[in-house]
Amino acid sequence: MNINFTLVAQAIAFAVLIWFTVKFVWPPLLKAIETRQKEIADGLAAAQEGKSALEVAAKKSEAALTEAKQKASEIIGQAEKRASQIIEEAKNNAKVEGDRIIAGAKAEIDQEVNRAKEGLRAQVSSLAVAGAEKILRKEIDAKAHSDMLSKLAAEL
Amino acid sequence: MTTEHAQQAEHALTPSSYIQHHLSFNTQSVGDGSFWTLHVDTLATSVVLGLLVMGLVWWVARGATAGVPTKRQAFVELVFGFVDDQVKNIFHGNRHSFIAPTALTVFLWVFAMNAMDFLPVDIFAKFMHSLGFDTWRAVPTSDINTTFALALAVWFLMIFFSIKAKGLGGWVHELFCSPFGSSPLVWPANFLFNLIEYVSKPLSHSLRLFGNMYAGEIIFLLLGMWAATGLAGTVFGAILGAGWSIFHILIVALQAFIFMMLTVVYLAMAHESH
Repeated sequence: MNINFTLVAQAIAFAVLIWFTVKFVWPPLLKAIETRQKEIADGLAAAQEGKSALEVAAKKSEAALTEAKQKASEIIGQAEKRASQIIEEAKNNAKVEGDRIIAGAKAEIDQEVNRAKEGLRAQVSSLAVAGAEKILRKEIDAKAHSDMLSKLAAEL
Repeated sequence: MTTEHAQQAEHALTPSSYIQHHLSFNTQSVGDGSFWTLHVDTLATSVVLGLLVMGLVWWVARGATAGVPTKRQAFVELVFGFVDDQVKNIFHGNRHSFIAPTALTVFLWVFAMNAMDFLPVDIFAKFMHSLGFDTWRAVPTSDINTTFALALAVWFLMIFFSIKAKGLGGWVHELFCSPFGSSPLVWPANFLFNLIEYVSKPLSHSLRLFGNMYAGEIIFLLLGMWAATGLAGTVFGAILGAGWSIFHILIVALQAFIFMMLTVVYLAMAHESH
């Protein structure tokens, strides 16, 4: 229990140990731990960043998809409109063509009818002339009365 | 004196001679007078333990990586983090430059020195005896010189940091003007108060550790003595010795922790001005 020189020696040993720890033990440990802390913090921050970037990308793709869908439906709508337009046009054209054909046919029929009428008239008139000839015999000169006869045929 | 004890121990093993033998230091005179003696056992054990413990930590610290740590490094970092957290809660300056490493040194060194108490007293004494050392105290912290050396070193550091933080004038001013105020009437009271505080700090700091470790050693010796009295004594001595050893694990760690905390508190208080 007596205080002696051991105290001084121990104090010196203590001082040396403290110096050693301050100089050689603490700094590398501190550096390693702080570096790791920073790395972990950086990693977490990067992960957060990646997460938000992913969110942004997902939103972007969603928007792009929506836009594409909209465009597609627009295009489809336009195409449908155009198709109906074409059909309408075709119908109109067909109708016009049909009308034209019908008109042409009608005109032809009329012509034909007229021609037939003309032929018939000519035949009737010639028949009438023949009949009248038979009746009148020589009394009627075909040449002299041809004007009258053709008038008659036109009236028939 | 030493040889006399040894002879006593060898020839007549009485309880008092047994204890006296175990509590004798291996002294070496380095000069005239009773002050100039050196406790070789205390010094050698503490220095070896200090080199061993701090050397181990240094070895790990030198190869410390910021990447995935090995188990060894993780353990050292656990201790590091524990000490650093304690210091961080108490001291709010730049702790990494001095106070935190000092706390780590104190904690590990005192813990190692306290842990010498776990070695069976008689077997260790026999071992040292076989090496030619007749008396050898195993636990450096049960030597008042060790604990007082540490406490005094902390005490000087405390005064040093106090002066460094506040200046010599500020420190003297604080001696006379705190805690009761700066009126000249209360200067004597203030000074007396501070004097008591400055005296009691190293005393309580060192004696707490010394008392615990010394008492622990004495109890081991008493149990060892009981174990020598017969079969019942051996059985109960062994059981109680085991119990006391287990309880001592707590004391060893706790006293090292308390010693470190007080060191940090004293050094932190030196930085605060009143």
